[in-house]
Amino acid sequence: MAKGLGKKLITAPYTVWMMIFVIVPIALVIYYAFTDSGGAFTFSNLSYIRDYSRTFLISIELAVISTVICLLLAYPLAYSMSKMSAFKQQTMIMLVMLPMWMNFLIRTYAWMTILEGNGLINRAVRAIGFEGFHMINTNGAVTLGMVYNFLPYMILPIYTVLTKIDKSTVEAAQDLGANRFNVFKRVLLPMSIPGVISGITMVFVPAVSTFVISKLLGGGKTFLIGDVIENYFLGNTGTINYNVGAALSLVLMILILVSMTVMNKFDNGETAGGVI
Amino acid sequence: MKTLSKIYNCLVFAFLYAPIVVMIFYSFNSEKSRTNFGGFSLRWYAELFHDTVILKSLYLSLAIAVLSAVTATIIGTLAAVGINSMKGIKRKTYLTVNNIPVVNPDIVTAISMMILFVFVITRVNGLEMGFWTLLIAHITFNIPYVILSVMPKLSGMNSNIYDAALDLGCPPVAAFVKVVIPEIMQGIVTGFIMAFTLSLDDFVISYFNSGSAAQTLPVTIYSMTKRPYSPKINALSTLLFTSVMILLIIVNLRQSGANKQRANANKK
Amino acid sequence: MSDNHLIELKNISVSLGGEQILKDLNLYINDKEFITLLGPSGCGKTTTLRIIAGFLRPDEGEVIFGNKKVNDVPPHKRQVNTIFQRYALFPHLNVFNNIAFGLRIQKRSKEEIKDKVTEMLSLVNLKGFEERDINSLSGGQQQRVAIARALAVNPKVLLLDEPLGALDLKLRKDMQVELKNIQQRLGITFIYVTHDQEEALSMSDTVVVMDGGVIQQIGTPIDIYNEPKNAFVADFIGESNIIDGIMPEDYVTEFAGQRFKCLDKGFAQNEPVDVVIRPEDVDVVPLEKGMLRGEVTSVTFKGVHFEIIVDVQGFKWMIQTTDYEEVGNKIGIYVEPDAIHIMKKSKYSGLYGDYSSFSDEIDLLSDVTYEEGDGNG
Repeated sequence: MAKGLGKKLITAPYTVWMMIFVIVPIALVIYYAFTDSGGAFTFSNLSYIRDYSRTFLISIELAVISTVICLLLAYPLAYSMSKMSAFKQQTMIMLVMLPMWMNFLIRTYAWMTILEGNGLINRAVRAIGFEGFHMINTNGAVTLGMVYNFLPYMILPIYTVLTKIDKSTVEAAQDLGANRFNVFKRVLLPMSIPGVISGITMVFVPAVSTFVISKLLGGGKTFLIGDVIENYFLGNTGTINYNVGAALSLVLMILILVSMTVMNKFDNGETAGGVI
Repeated sequence: MKTLSKIYNCLVFAFLYAPIVVMIFYSFNSEKSRTNFGGFSLRWYAELFHDTVILKSLYLSLAIAVLSAVTATIIGTLAAVGINSMKGIKRKTYLTVNNIPVVNPDIVTAISMMILFVFVITRVNGLEMGFWTLLIAHITFNIPYVILSVMPKLSGMNSNIYDAALDLGCPPVAAFVKVVIPEIMQGIVTGFIMAFTLSLDDFVISYFNSGSAAQTLPVTIYSMTKRPYSPKINALSTLLFTSVMILLIIVNLRQSGANKQRANANKK
Repeated sequence: MSDNHLIELKNISVSLGGEQILKDLNLYINDKEFITLLGPSGCGKTTTLRIIAGFLRPDEGEVIFGNKKVNDVPPHKRQVNTIFQRYALFPHLNVFNNIAFGLRIQKRSKEEIKDKVTEMLSLVNLKGFEERDINSLSGGQQQRVAIARALAVNPKVLLLDEPLGALDLKLRKDMQVELKNIQQRLGITFIYVTHDQEEALSMSDTVVVMDGGVIQQIGTPIDIYNEPKNAFVADFIGESNIIDGIMPEDYVTEFAGQRFKCLDKGFAQNEPVDVVIRPEDVDVVPLEKGMLRGEVTSVTFKGVHFEIIVDVQGFKWMIQTTDYEEVGNKIGIYVEPDAIHIMKKSKYSGLYGDYSSFSDEIDLLSDVTYEEGDGNG
């Protein structure tokens, strides 16, 4: 169709733009990762990975835990939403999306008020005569922040896939003798896998690469890979080192690429009906 | 079973809304405390509107959001039409490259562009991080989302309608404007809205690419969280939350109204 | 009632979204019968089927299966299985697992499942398709998988909801024959829903003609065709000329200002009636020999015959004849007494059977229209 318009002409701005601002930057990341500050080729930046292996592990661990919690929390909700009347579904979707429209800094910040040593939860606990807990600045608080921020990203794709399932396949299963449990286990659950996969990706990727949540709720005690990278680019003059930062980013990128490829293996190449 | 799932849903929503409720509540606090409620006051709202830093960054955020969304929508829509008519490996390559900023973690996109900007700035005199780097960065991460919302409309469109317009004597550009654009308008609008909100909401990419001269609202909020506590953040969040809520409710009502109209029309 | 009744629907009424879909419907279905629910879009035939399957509970009335009321029995506990309009195959399972679905629910052994699936695949001529992906199959093949999947669990009754609607004409004809064969071979009851009258007539033992949520006529295909009960049935099944008339006495009817012999009786004297004459029962004769005279206003070549429209005193008749007549010709027409069918007046009188605004296209269009949307039928 675009032939009459000059196919090349209409994609040209896009092609040039993506070249300069997507491809070239990625190439620069790779270039910086394998050179020293003088521009000479080196592998030494990558050796920093060893120093940060614990940070990588903690980042992955917290991201995996939050992803699993999100999945467990989101699926039942998405499932019951998909069975509601059209009007109720619309309202519920709005309720799920509304917090997403708040900036995540604000959402995370709000939790500080609740979790602090002198925060709302502790005051409530003390009011009924118990000792307060130490909650803020722990891995637990960071995980909570991740779950809270990214939960809607798990709910929406699962919900979307569940509502797109042809109702007659459910009827066909009932017709063939499946009770509610079997309908769920043999039809709805396997058919909703694409939504689950896209939900997992949408929670895991921002969780594993965050540096804000760990700063606000981890108080510097939980140091994630995102914090390390941020430090190499925007830290104090002494700590700035683009080369090491680029190397770590490259590793993070590859890590995510690999885990997504693995996830997509479960997906049978079907396109996920995700909401971004 | 039904009551159980109702209770469960309520709990999840309580979790989602608890911090927001707390924040709104304390925005009306007369004291400068996160936990002690000293009485109702609009003090922090008043201070908010006198805070030139916040107001300046709000304007900047809006300007960047509008400019980047408009540019991204134009570049993206044209590109989507072009990509849609591509086939095979070429199409696949384009779509893969398009997905890079979507799939990559924000922080990687952010530092990759920062490296590029720094690379250029250190080699050319008189350039520095600021409005332009911010705008370029926002356009870059917005374009893919425009393409992702326009492409499905294009592939769902009957491609004969463009040929039909030509057949009826319409010149190509006019045919495109008169026939194709209206067909994919919904996707273009969705793409624009998405680009606009993503841009307004973005923190990570702005944080790395704004320099000290041009701070967007989220960057300002971030620096506020690092300073001693000020309920101004709560007041600001409450205002943002309320405006988003009102906007969403209006959109929803209009949508359900339109749906009803369509249903009625179908009945007739 | 006889013991042979497998399913009975008694005084069934259903409303959906404020609209009454079925009105006090009564129907019984015999064991091993091929029964077809026939009617236009929105007539309630799919709703009737969904009530039998258990997907829908009637507002009023009883559903009886083998002498037991089953209103409250959920679909997965009923001994009926359905072939859905668009097959509703499970896209995440291959052909084998689709067919094995019901057997797995019944917790049959592995060998048993394998044997049964193989048997079913050969029944529907899809040997060797076990591992194929559902989406890689053609419409006809998907149709066969759906049939195999439903039959694998040995249902007493198979419900078919416009099963051939999505297939092209040639394939549809083949599948009609095949379905009828399968039904006879397995000796189970088929309840078939269609809007295609030809399909209904050629396959069924019994045809149930429905309109507006009400059964218009139940009978064998031959009865339905030859003795339509009202103008709706007469028009919906085949082509009909339906003329206003009266019955001056038994075996005599009067229309177009003249009296004719007929084979019907039992009407009140001078009772107004609808007179039905099938286009193929009308003979074209020389002007002077005709019992009625008219002028040819249009001629269409149909392959086997010509379809001509003749204006007889302002009423347009459709006549199918093998002799060519030119537009403008004055001809006589003749009808044997046994081809004149008399029907009581109904709410459909005057709505059908006049070909003055006749157009082939309208017929074609209504053929293509898909049946009853999603579940509101």
